[in-house]
Amino acid sequence: MSMFHLLGRNILNNIQGVGQATIMLAQALIGKPQPRKMLPLLIRQLYVVGVQSMLIIIISGLFIGMVLGLQGYTILVDFGAEQALGPMVALSLLRELGPVVTALLFAGRAGSALTAEIGLMRATEQLSSLEMMAVDPLRRVIAPRFWAGVISMPLLALMFNAVGIYGGFMVGVEWLGVDDGAFWSVMQSSVHWQDDVMNGVIKSLVFAVVVTWIALFKGYTATPTSPGISAATTQTVVYSSLAVLGLDFVLTAIMFG
Amino acid sequence: MGNLVEIKDVYFNRGERSIYEGVSLVIPRGKITGVLGPSGSGKTTLLRLIGAQLKAHRGEVLFGGQDMAKLGRSALYETRKRMSMLFQSGALFSEMSVFENVAFPLREHTKLPENIIQTIVKMKLESVGLRGAGGMAPSELSGGMARRAALARSIVLDPEMIMYDEPFAGQDPISMGMLVKLIDELNATLGLTSIVVSHDVKEVMSISDHLIVMANKKIVGEGTPQELRENGSELVQQFLTGAPDGPVPFHYQAKPYHADLLGAKP
Ligand SMILES: Nc1ncnc2c1ncn2[C@@H]1O[C@H](COP(=O)(O)OP(=O)(O)OP(=O)(O)O)[C@@H](O)[C@H]1O
Ligand SMILES: [Mg+2]
Repeated sequence: MSMFHLLGRNILNNIQGVGQATIMLAQALIGKPQPRKMLPLLIRQLYVVGVQSMLIIIISGLFIGMVLGLQGYTILVDFGAEQALGPMVALSLLRELGPVVTALLFAGRAGSALTAEIGLMRATEQLSSLEMMAVDPLRRVIAPRFWAGVISMPLLALMFNAVGIYGGFMVGVEWLGVDDGAFWSVMQSSVHWQDDVMNGVIKSLVFAVVVTWIALFKGYTATPTSPGISAATTQTVVYSSLAVLGLDFVLTAIMFG
Repeated sequence: MGNLVEIKDVYFNRGERSIYEGVSLVIPRGKITGVLGPSGSGKTTLLRLIGAQLKAHRGEVLFGGQDMAKLGRSALYETRKRMSMLFQSGALFSEMSVFENVAFPLREHTKLPENIIQTIVKMKLESVGLRGAGGMAPSELSGGMARRAALARSIVLDPEMIMYDEPFAGQDPISMGMLVKLIDELNATLGLTSIVVSHDVKEVMSISDHLIVMANKKIVGEGTPQELRENGSELVQQFLTGAPDGPVPFHYQAKPYHADLLGAKP
């Protein structure tokens, strides 16, 4: 087969995939809301997807904040500008590292788990069995997991930011001796609610939709065999990481460019 | 009483390979229909076509006179509430206990109060001999136990029609006898329609009112057990007696054995 043939086939397959994924999500989310049935399922998924990802997010946030404190200090101290450490740490986290690193960790921790779980449900005919019981697997299995991802990732990113700032504070102020008052007051005056905090949350929301969507779609369409599920899990992590980094550039250009 | 399911001249392919070439059969209402056939002859496929999880490429699959392939999404789900299926693999929900698995269709499709649900589930579990295992997770069950738990789940709503895919596989003789009796009784007392796919020829012959033998992408025999025993077809006789030599190939189609072993190009 010629190279162009392969390339064309690949692009067509990808477009078809996007179409299928859109149909899957639309069928899962559009319909009469059934809060009595959905709420318990959502809460369970919030626990699995969100609460169980908290530990890795908090520990990573702490370390990244500490590294930012250390790196920032060694750069800023040469210019005698170590009071600017507070805003440097806070802005890096709020605008970039918080949403992006949280999304990458989320893809590895929760996204891969979602793909494997749903792929296995397909392989063991649990999804077919739901269909035969006249229960729509899209609404029953996909929808609660999607909402859980979308709700929990921005919250996780906020936690990541808070812990990260505290890590920067520990290293910068407690260890390296930056002035305590300056650290917080300069940070407060240079961080803006709308520009920095809200834009970070919006980024995080976009990443949440994309990562959860990819994870669910890859699981739902996985080939129902062990190598099929393993490939789908890998694809989830690879595709969502690439999507997050690419989208981050686009969003940054729109928001801060 | 008429036929609950009618399949008319169905063709079905999996990719390039054809599975059915002109299959027609009927499932009489209120009776037990046994489906026999070699492994890979498309018995599970038949059940999935009836449940409209797969669509025929040609021909019609009628359930209660309706063409399943032409139903819209919500009409299809309404129709599926009238049937239930025991999957060959059991397909228990792994995140729920055995008890919750059996209770699931009740919680999903009825508004029964909790104490009645408890009673019904316990009765169904008792009937498959698993009342003591209600609190266990599906992963803690043996293969045969999982199959029986799935059976309890598929009968819990007392649907109009139940499709059993290999209900006896992996059962010891005692549970096997019990399951045969259970399926027979369900049919007699509730007047429902059953389709039993199984390789256990003796058991199926003993409970079925109507039998279908599939092979070579077609129906090779259909009728009462008595009619089939008297059927002149070698195919049917080979299957009923389990003779290794006969028109039903034990082997999946392949190039000649000696050519394959000698490494000849196909
Ligand atoms: N998902 C699938 N993709 C491709 N081919 C399939 C698939 N499932 C089944 N087949 C093919 O369809 C044919 C019929 O399969 P089916 O599962 O209906 O057989 P069966 O009669 O139930 O066999 P068994 O008694 O072993 O359960 C087989 O030849 C099989 O190779
Ligand atoms: Mg089968």
